[in-house]
Amino acid sequence: MKWSGLKKEFQYIIVAIIVIFFAFVPLFGSTYAITLSSTIMMYIVMASCWNMFSGPAGYISLASGAFVGLGFYASGFLSTRFPLPVLMLAGGLASLVLAVIIGSITLRLRGVYFTIFTFCLVELVKAVMTWYEIMVVRKRGLNVRNFGPNAAFYAMLVMVVIALAVVVIVRKTRFGMALTGIGESEDAAAHIGINTTAYKVSGFAVTAFMMGTVGAVRATMLNHIDPTSAFNMMFSFLPVLMCVFGGMNTFLGPIIGAIVFAALQYNLITKIPQIYMIIFGAIMILSILFMPTGIVGVYERVRKAIENRKIQKVGGHL
Amino acid sequence: MMSMLEATGVSKSFGGLKAVLNVDLSVNKGEIFGLIGPNGAGKSTFFNMISGAIPIDSGTVIFDGIKISGMKPDRICRLGLGRSFQAAKNFAGMPVWQNVLMGALFGQKGQSYAQAMSAVDEVLDFVGLNDLRDKMVPDIPLAYQKRLEMARSLATRPKLLMLDEIMAGLNPSEVGEAMELITKTRDSGITIIMIEHVMKAIMNICDRIAVLHHGAKIAEGTPEEIAASKTVIEVYLGES
Ligand SMILES: Nc1ncnc2c1ncn2[C@@H]1O[C@H](COP(=O)(O)OP(=O)(O)O)[C@@H](O)[C@H]1O
Ligand SMILES: [Mg+2]
Repeated sequence: MKWSGLKKEFQYIIVAIIVIFFAFVPLFGSTYAITLSSTIMMYIVMASCWNMFSGPAGYISLASGAFVGLGFYASGFLSTRFPLPVLMLAGGLASLVLAVIIGSITLRLRGVYFTIFTFCLVELVKAVMTWYEIMVVRKRGLNVRNFGPNAAFYAMLVMVVIALAVVVIVRKTRFGMALTGIGESEDAAAHIGINTTAYKVSGFAVTAFMMGTVGAVRATMLNHIDPTSAFNMMFSFLPVLMCVFGGMNTFLGPIIGAIVFAALQYNLITKIPQIYMIIFGAIMILSILFMPTGIVGVYERVRKAIENRKIQKVGGHL
Repeated sequence: MMSMLEATGVSKSFGGLKAVLNVDLSVNKGEIFGLIGPNGAGKSTFFNMISGAIPIDSGTVIFDGIKISGMKPDRICRLGLGRSFQAAKNFAGMPVWQNVLMGALFGQKGQSYAQAMSAVDEVLDFVGLNDLRDKMVPDIPLAYQKRLEMARSLATRPKLLMLDEIMAGLNPSEVGEAMELITKTRDSGITIIMIEHVMKAIMNICDRIAVLHHGAKIAEGTPEEIAASKTVIEVYLGES
């Protein structure tokens, strides 16, 4: 993973400022601001964790919707009896178990086949849940207890801090190096002693756990959930879009992408519900075409260009 | 003599094509063993089966007393079997030194970062890639990319190193260097199996040679025996 042109410490400071800024929102902000911030923070967790695995390993997962959905239903089943942290843990663990099972089967699929499978997984889990509701309990959806906007907000904030800590730890340790090795040459990685399956499954599972926890929190912000709102492909696509836009394999990229697109979605979903997906799709394609290394990459190129010009100027005086 | 690798009845088919056919091969500790044969003879496929890159259809492989057929490549590597690929497979997004570091970190259990870093210096020195250590992989000549693969494997501390055509594309003086490097590696206590088309190198540094043709082993012996073998000469003349 690259640290982009900014100094590591400086990036930490930027992120710390963002987190502290969010921490003060409930003190001064409206309910609208609190809910918007909670949403943004959910996507910071999702995009950063998605990037932590899919970025270096090169396995583009579209399973996020399944993990968030399991988090939704963990809250749906348990919210009347248990406090929020228990719901989060339950959502996280359910997603982790699903990821280990699915990962063990599908992470030997390479490239696009893995992506297609994870895409189908969301629909599959949704179909199972729909079947369960129609055939077994004969009731569509579940009500979820609302713990108040502040509870959800602070839960998301805690998850942001945990997620970013996990991201930093992973990229600094041999776990991250193994994932990078797998992404750059899986054969080479396997032949120097990297247990590729174990690393891929664990990376995928950690990501899934984090997504399950924020899914559980998210559900408590809504009053009612059903399979359609829980196992939503938007949850799968948005982290990818955020990372591509912000800069894959960078620390700041997914955070920037999450802030931009969560805010955009939050505002557009009510105003132009039919066409905002088209806009997002267009942005995604334009990003891939014109800034393959994302906003962070653009910044870096501009910085290098300026530096080169400076060097040339200095050279001219000599 | 103690055997380092013992392959018995190893076979592999791709669809209807029998790429490797019932091959027995025994390599002694401390040998440089040459594997030759025309293109498509099944040499690389044989390597791929030994290293665990592809599953074996039938047959067994014993490596230093342990049955490795059926194991995954990472376990086989950690038991001490290193290899390079015919088309070099490196970590293209990393500089040369980090490629070697990966081998040192993951090749053996319980390597600390400091230990691995000192292994990097040692190995880069050994193979003569120190000048290129900070270069990214795509920026170094193709011939050196193969040497980098060898360095990465050496960093895993192998007992046996399998080299697949690492002299392809080298000029004569570089071939000389590579021969020296391989001999030096063997002298440091690592057994070597090499696939090679550069006959001068094979004949000069190998202790024994086996010849594959259409997936089957058709000859085996010392360089002198192979050079004098009618079957081998026919195969090579027939191909060209
Ligand atoms: N993965 C594969 N799938 C199908 N056929 C293969 C595969 N690998 C090798 N082959 C075929 O097996 C035969 C032996 O190939 P190979 O082992 O690469 O030969 P060599 O290394 O001796 O030149 C060739 O005919 C080749 O086309
Ligand atoms: Mg070959």
